[in-house]
Parts: sequence; structure tokens; C-alpha cells
Amino acid sequence: MNFEFFFNNLPGLTLSGLAFGAIYALIALGYTMVYGVLQLINFAHSEVFMYGTFAMLWTVMALGGADANGVELIAILLASLLAAMAMSAVIALVLERVAYRPLIKRNAPRLIALISAIGASFVLAELMGLRDRVAGWVGLDDDLSDYVGKARINNSIAGVVDAPRWEVAGIIVSSIDLLVIFSAVAMMVVVDQFVRRSKLGKGIRATAQDPETASMMGVNPTRTIQMTFLIGGLMAGVAAFLYMLKIETTKFDVGFLLGVKAFTAAVLGGIGNLRGALLGGLVLGVAEIWGSALLGTEWRHVVAFVLLVVILLFRPTGLLGESLGKARA
Amino acid sequence: MIRSSKSWQAVAVAAVAGLVLTACGTTEDGGDEGGSGGGGGEAACDLKLAFFGPETGPAAGLGKPIIQGAELAVSQYNEDADCEVELVNYDSQGSPDEAPALATEIAGDESIIGVVGPAFSGESAAAGPIFAEAGVPTVSPSATNPALSENGWDTFHRALGNDATQGPAAAAYIKDTLQAKSTYVIDDASEYGAGLAGIVEEDLGADAVAGSDTIQVGDTDFAATVSKVVDSEADAVFFGGYYAEATILIGQLRQGGFEGTFVVADGVKDPAYLDAGDAAEGTIITCPCIPDTDPAVADFASAYEEEFGEAPGTYAAEAYDAATIFLDGIGDGIGDREAMLEHVNGYDEAGITKQLSFDETGEPADVKVYAYKVEGGEIVSEGEIG
Amino acid sequence: MSKLKLSLSKLPKPVKIAMWVLLAILAYALPLLEPPFITTPGVDFGGVLFVVTMYMLVALGLNIVVGYAGLLDLGYVGFYAVGAYTAAILTSFHANWPLLFALPIAVLASTISGVLLGAPTLRVRGDYLAIVTLGFGEIIRLVAVNTEWLGERKGISNVARPPSVGGTEGLFEIPHLYWGDGTVLIDTQDTTKFLVFGVLDQIPYYWLGLTVVIIMLFADYLIKNSRVGRAWEATREDEDAAELMGVPTFRFKLLAFATGAFIGGLAGALYASRQNFINPDSFLLLFSILFLAAVVVGGQGNRWGVLVGATLVAYLPQRFREFDDFRVLVFGLALVALAILRPEGLFPPRRTVRAKQLEQELEELEVGTDGEEKAHA
Repeated sequence: MNFEFFFNNLPGLTLSGLAFGAIYALIALGYTMVYGVLQLINFAHSEVFMYGTFAMLWTVMALGGADANGVELIAILLASLLAAMAMSAVIALVLERVAYRPLIKRNAPRLIALISAIGASFVLAELMGLRDRVAGWVGLDDDLSDYVGKARINNSIAGVVDAPRWEVAGIIVSSIDLLVIFSAVAMMVVVDQFVRRSKLGKGIRATAQDPETASMMGVNPTRTIQMTFLIGGLMAGVAAFLYMLKIETTKFDVGFLLGVKAFTAAVLGGIGNLRGALLGGLVLGVAEIWGSALLGTEWRHVVAFVLLVVILLFRPTGLLGESLGKARA
Repeated sequence: MIRSSKSWQAVAVAAVAGLVLTACGTTEDGGDEGGSGGGGGEAACDLKLAFFGPETGPAAGLGKPIIQGAELAVSQYNEDADCEVELVNYDSQGSPDEAPALATEIAGDESIIGVVGPAFSGESAAAGPIFAEAGVPTVSPSATNPALSENGWDTFHRALGNDATQGPAAAAYIKDTLQAKSTYVIDDASEYGAGLAGIVEEDLGADAVAGSDTIQVGDTDFAATVSKVVDSEADAVFFGGYYAEATILIGQLRQGGFEGTFVVADGVKDPAYLDAGDAAEGTIITCPCIPDTDPAVADFASAYEEEFGEAPGTYAAEAYDAATIFLDGIGDGIGDREAMLEHVNGYDEAGITKQLSFDETGEPADVKVYAYKVEGGEIVSEGEIG
Repeated sequence: MSKLKLSLSKLPKPVKIAMWVLLAILAYALPLLEPPFITTPGVDFGGVLFVVTMYMLVALGLNIVVGYAGLLDLGYVGFYAVGAYTAAILTSFHANWPLLFALPIAVLASTISGVLLGAPTLRVRGDYLAIVTLGFGEIIRLVAVNTEWLGERKGISNVARPPSVGGTEGLFEIPHLYWGDGTVLIDTQDTTKFLVFGVLDQIPYYWLGLTVVIIMLFADYLIKNSRVGRAWEATREDEDAAELMGVPTFRFKLLAFATGAFIGGLAGALYASRQNFINPDSFLLLFSILFLAAVVVGGQGNRWGVLVGATLVAYLPQRFREFDDFRVLVFGLALVALAILRPEGLFPPRRTVRAKQLEQELEELEVGTDGEEKAHA
């Protein structure tokens, strides 16, 4: 245990933890909303995120982000944010349509929906990992070689964004970390307010509480479920954009570990609870970094899961433990 | 599958015409060699080499250059050969789970007389006893666990130095050439990375090591590690691991304010590492492989690029060497495993990466380690070290 | 299908027993027959069949947890790992026990780990349990990766094999079949020695695996039809009601967990023994997911269904190696297709079928409503 190092660097470590935790939180939102409405673990949500990272990457590459500066670069980044959100939203909606709706319609047992989600997750990840082969079928592999060439290895936009860093009271503060934390919290507030106040949001909450009564009261269940997936997808897109700003690198299987962690964060905060997702994500991010600093980075993931088990033992429904339906208006 | 030396007795049980449809690849290994009476000269024509390693799965990125390196050697051989050699991929997904059934299949197919692989140490450990029992000579282009050569498998060889050869050279370079007073040692908990980092740490000595940390393969956020490195005020970092993590790690180290030298080993000598851009500049890569100032190496690199449209990745050259050893044997008229094993054990020729010859445990006999440096977005040679 | 079942059940008992025996013989003989189309090209058939039996074993164990007791376990590979590591440590790494002594300890260790995990976490309900077990599986793997005493990534070599019967040459040799163009031949060159657990021949391991599966099937049959089985069913259907009726639900859930862990540990130890080598890569989260897929695809709660599910999950990716790169993709598509086409699993338990029929009748009566109800809520 390296206490001296830990306490000397506590503010810097905490900030890094919050930044990565904010990304967990944004992904966790997708898990938590779908769970709140459908009581279903949307296992393929990690791939929704992964496709977002690639949309961001490709947009930056296509618009020449590597040579851009100043306002032009900011415009390119904004475009890539929109592309990531659009891509993730589309994938989320396709998932809903192909892998879930047929099952929901037939009132299938919930576990089989989990299997369908797992299958969809394999398909989506492998399609990305095989995109060079897929492009080869349509004869575009040469034209698109920049985009499909590194199908199974890392794809990077390192060096595109040279974000300023400041030294404040002896610790280096990255502007990207601040941006990530701020954006994540802001997005969570927006979604939270949307679900609380808007008509669609009320529909989502009503469906989460009692789907039958909600549909009798005129809430269209299919549309509500679509909306849930859409919001989850959009947030995963934002997470993907922020993740790419911070880590600068993605790969076809990048979603898996992040997905597991984000789901952990959702459960930690209380699954089905939007504010819980934020809290869970941040707590998980900080706990991982603190654990890494104290015990060694090799125990990072172990710390995360042990924390989860311990918290569930004392608070069996998570930190905030409220469901989406019961959220007070 | 045990083959007795008795002559092949066959009893016709039934004629099942409809099922012939599915006769493919493996049904013929049941008894073809004796049955159709193929003579010695002709038999050498149906020879195959096997690639054993990840073609799909999470490790497929590391498998691809290895497959392509072996493919290049085979296609160059086939260009002016009377009898073409086939390279068959046995996709293990890099997992030891798949290894025994695949190795048994290879063992049962007598036309396979050499294996390029297994790619990783885990699958090598699981498949090794089977290859040893069946007498299938293997040359791994990438498995570095030192313990593998200590099992007494006569069939085991590797075309690259194990961790114990590269580690001391890297440590000596850090101490003598870089004159680093304190080094932070990071590994990725893989057999390769942890083994290498352990040896470097030991060779540097406790006084020269500022600290150590272990990340996990697949991780992307190294904030805690970066913080530890910066806090330790080390003037060099050694990372034992592969390029995927190294690319991200160096970026985050530079952003975190680390200004010293980043030292890595052959697992990072891949064009993909240059994705890190400016952050990668100045990185020292140690590698037991001959620089491309040597004409043979340059020829290989340009042929590879022509064939696959990309620069040779990690272990592509080792795979090319491994396949070449077998192909030389086939070219000399070797047609069975026993003779091939003898050929490999006694091989001594200049390869692309090193002088290729093996000691009795299957380790390459003479390994020279070279230093490379990332300069101006290219990996350039710094000459031989240790 | 149901007509066939009906006519089968009318057969006299001796005929039925004879049919079962015949089926068992066929199963044992499968790798010797090497029937075309079924035999896997590009990978050893006996080796694949062994892995299939391991998946069957695991599916039977997980079926008790998921299918009978209704507890969603996403970390089942953890028990498998505990069994495998205990066997590996006792027979090779830290001691030199023969496998037969190590096996009971391995099974005991995994059962204990099941109780230790279950005791605190089974009070957590539903999907929370899924993530806790997932965490448990990952913790086990990561501890193995980072602990020198457990061999780290390097793993553990030379795990003991089962003792051979009749020395290295075995008692007798059994020839395989050879399928030529339109003819079937007995290939006396290609034989399996009975009963040698060697390096090159995977078939004896398959026989061992199959035997254990059959024993577990009997055990499963007995336990399912006992008081314990009924208590599990009651707990799964309505925990509160069961508790009110005097079923100590927690204790029965713990028992289900421990039983599942027992079988998982047994499978892990056997697997380590055939593999001769283990490292943490054999215990990835992915395997927990595949195990669960085996149970759900086959039809959770139906022991024959989960056997079929296990066969599909373990066998299909090997059989269709010619899909090459696209193996995993095709497997994923198959999972989605199965889920959508057969949402109750391929072979739903009879109880579910009855429940469905009843539901439909009710629906027909209640014209006007969409009959939506929360199954398994």
C-alpha cells in the first residue's frame, strides 16, 4: 500500500477517476433506461457505444481533422460528435427493431431476450472486426482502405487534438478531463429533466411503472420503448465522442469491458435510476483509480467488482435504489 | 489415433453413395497414405504446412502479420516449385482451450510436416505434448515463455529469443546507453510482458528501479499508472507488452507530463505503434531482429508490402523465417515428419531476423539484440546492443 | 413431435430401456463411427466431443441454478475455474497427487466457494444477482492472472491425466470407421486403445466425460423429482408464496447454488486434466455467457433441452470452421435467430408448455385485452 503517493496525488487521481467515471455514467444511462422500462439487460449496448467511437474516428479522418486547427478543428469535432450520436442512435434503434421487438411482441421470457442481446452483440462487434472483408464483397476495400484497413487492431486519432493542460496547485489538470466531466453531468441533467418533465418522458416513466395501464391511458408502448433506446443510443454517442477525445483510440472489441463496467455502474447506483447511473459511474471511476493507486493497477477491476458486491450487500438495490418509474416528478 | 505398421486391411461394410457429398479435407486422412499406394516422389507433392494461432478472436490482430509472413514465404516458394506446398490455417483464437483438439487433428494428418506456431505461449503449452508425441516439428514465431523449451519436447523450436535473452539487453541499454538513473517498469500481465519486465527489473537492480506497476491487456485508461510514473520522477520507463497498449500508454504518459525515455521491446515493433504520433518520437524499441539495412531484410519488407499493402507487423518476419526453414526442407526432398524434424534440428542458415539455428532445447542458438528508435515517424535502427 | 412422444411413452418398459441403452451405445460409439457431415472437418472430432460433454456437464449444473431455482448466474465460469485450479495445484503445481485424490478436493473447493458466494449474495434479488455473480467470475480470473501462487498468465502445466486402464497399451484396441467414396470401411490402422488416457487420442476423455454426464443426468432426475426439486420450483415461481407455505427459500436457493457449483467444479477439474495445462484465458467472462446461452437456448428447466443447447453452443462453432473468420458472426446470428424463432428455447420444459396452453385458453376467453402479463417478473 502506497499511502504516501496516494495522499500526495489525491486531487489529480480523483479528477482522472471522475473523468473516466463520467464516461461509464453516460454508457450506464443506456443500460439503466432500457432496464427501467423493459426489465431487460441490454447486453448489446456496449456495441452501440463502440459504433459511436468509430463514427467519431471516421468523421475526423474524412474531414481532415489531422491538419485542422482552431475554429476549423472545433467544427470538425462538433460534426464528429453529431456523427457519433447519430450512429449510436441508429444502431440502438436497429437493435430494438431486430433483436428485441419480435421478442417483446411475443411476450417471451426475459432471459431469452438476454440471449438475443448477446447474439446481437457478437454480430455487431464481429461486423466491425470484419469490415475489411465486408468492404471487399462490395469492392470498396481499396477505396476505403484508410477506414477499413485496420479492422482488428487499434484505430487512432492521436495527435489530432492537442488539448491544453494547466498546472493548478502542483497537479496537472487536463482540459479534456474537465470537458468530459462537465459534459457528462450536463447531459445527465438534460436527460433527467426530459424524463421528468416532457410528455414523452412521462410516457417512459408510466410504461416503466405499469406497461398495461400506461398503454390503456394512451401511451404507445412501442414508441416509448423506441424512445428509450434512442435516448440510450444518443448518450452512448456522447460517451463515445468523449471517450475518443480522452483515449484517442478504439478497436472493434472496445465495447466489451466498458460495457461490463458501465452495467456495473448502473447496478451500483441502483438500476433503473438515472441519477443512480451518474453517481454509480463516478463512484466506480474514482474507486478504480484509488484502488489502482493504493494496491497496484493490476487490481483495478477486482476493486471495482469487490466494491459492487460490498455495496449490494449493504444496500441490496444499489446506492440510490430507486426505479425509473418511481422517480418523483 | 495410433497407426500400427500392419498393412492396411479394409473391410467393405456398406456402400453409402449419398454421403459422399460431404467428403472434404479430413476424411482422407483415415488411411489414404497406404491405400492409394502413392509412391515416394509423388507423396512429397501433397505436403502441407500448418499455421497454428489466432485468425479470429480478440488476438486476431497479432495473428494476422504472422499468417501473412508465413503466406509470403509459401507463395514465394510455390512460384518456382514443381510441387506446390499448401499452408493450412488452424485457428485457435489464441486460446489454449482450442489447442488440444486442433493439435490432435494436425497430428492425425500425415501430410502436414511442419507447424508455424503455436503463436502464443498458452496454446503452446497446451498443444506441445501432442506435437511432441506425434513428432510434428513446430517453429513458433512468437511464443516467448522461457519455460516452454524446458519440457523436453524435441519438436519444439522458436524463431525468436525468449524473454531471458532480450531482457538483459534492454536493461543494459537503459543503464549504459541511456544512462538512466531511475527507471519505472510497467508490464501488461501477459506472459510475454510480465516475463520480460521481471527480467529487466531484476537486471537493473533495486536502486535503479523507481517502481513498477501492472496494467491489463485490453485496458485503455492508464491514469493511475501515469500518475505513479510522474510522481516517481523516473527518467526512463520500460514497458513489457504489446503495441496495442503501448500506443495508448505513451500518449497518456506524455500528456501526463512524463518527459523521459520510453523503452519497449519487440512486441511493440509494429507500424501501428506509430499511430501514437508525436508521443511515440524517441521511443527505444529493442528487438532480436536484423535491421532492414541488410538487403535480405529490405527485400522481405518490400515483397511483404507489395503482397499485402502494408508494412510487415510484429512477428511477420519471424513467421517468414519459420516457414522458410520448413520450405527449405521440402525443397531438399524431405517428405515426412521424422526427416523434417532432423532437418529443423540441424538447420543453420541466415534468416531475415537472425542466423537460424537451434540448440538442443529448441531455442535459437545465436540471438543478437538490436535497438531501434522512433524518429520522424519511422522506426530506425540504432545498431546492435548487448 | 408430441404424437411421437405419446407413442413412445406407450411402449412397454423393457423396450424403452433397450432404446435408451441403444442410444447410449450410439453416443459412446460416435467418435469411432466418424459419420460424415457430423464429423468436424479441420479439428479432431474426439476432442470436440469431449468439449461438448464438458459443456453438457456445465449446462446441467447451471440449469439447476437458472432453470430450476430461477437464479440468474453470469459468473458460472468462476466455479469451473475453482475446480480446474484446485485440480491443477494439487496434481502439479504445489503437490503431486494423483487425479483421483485431487478430484474430490476440487469439487469440494468449488462447492464451498458456491456457498461462500451464495450466503451473502442470494439475499440480493433478480438481476442484481446476475451482476454480482459476473463480478465473482471476473474476480476469480483476475486473481489468477495476478497471483504468482496460481501461476499468473503463464498458467500451470502438467496437470495429471486420469489413470489408464491396462497400462500404456490398454486392454484392447477398437478400430474406427473410414468413410470412403460410397463405401464404409473398418480402418484397423486407426484405432483407439481401451482405456488409455494418452496424449494423442482424445476419445477416452470423451468417454469419461460422457459417463460423468450420464451419472449427473440420473442425479438430476432424482433431485428434480424430490422434495428439493419441488421447493426450487416453488421458489422460482413465487418466492413470497413459497416462503409463506413454509419453504425455507433461502436455504433452498443456497442449496441450488452449491449443487451448481459442485457440478461446475467437477467439469473444471476434468477439463484441466484433459487439457493438461490451464491458464486464466480458459475462464473468460465470455464462457459464462456461452454457458448461459447453452441453458437458455436449449430450454431452461428441461435437462434434455439444455443438453441439446450445450451441444449446439460447443459444437456448431467447431463444425462450421469453414466459415473461417465469420464463425463468431454466424454464431451470433444463430443466437438471435433462435431467440426470435423459439423464444421458449428449443425444448421448453413440459410445465412451460402447459402454462402456455393455459395462457392461450385464457386469452381466448378474455377477448378484447391483449393478455399481456408479466411472465417471470
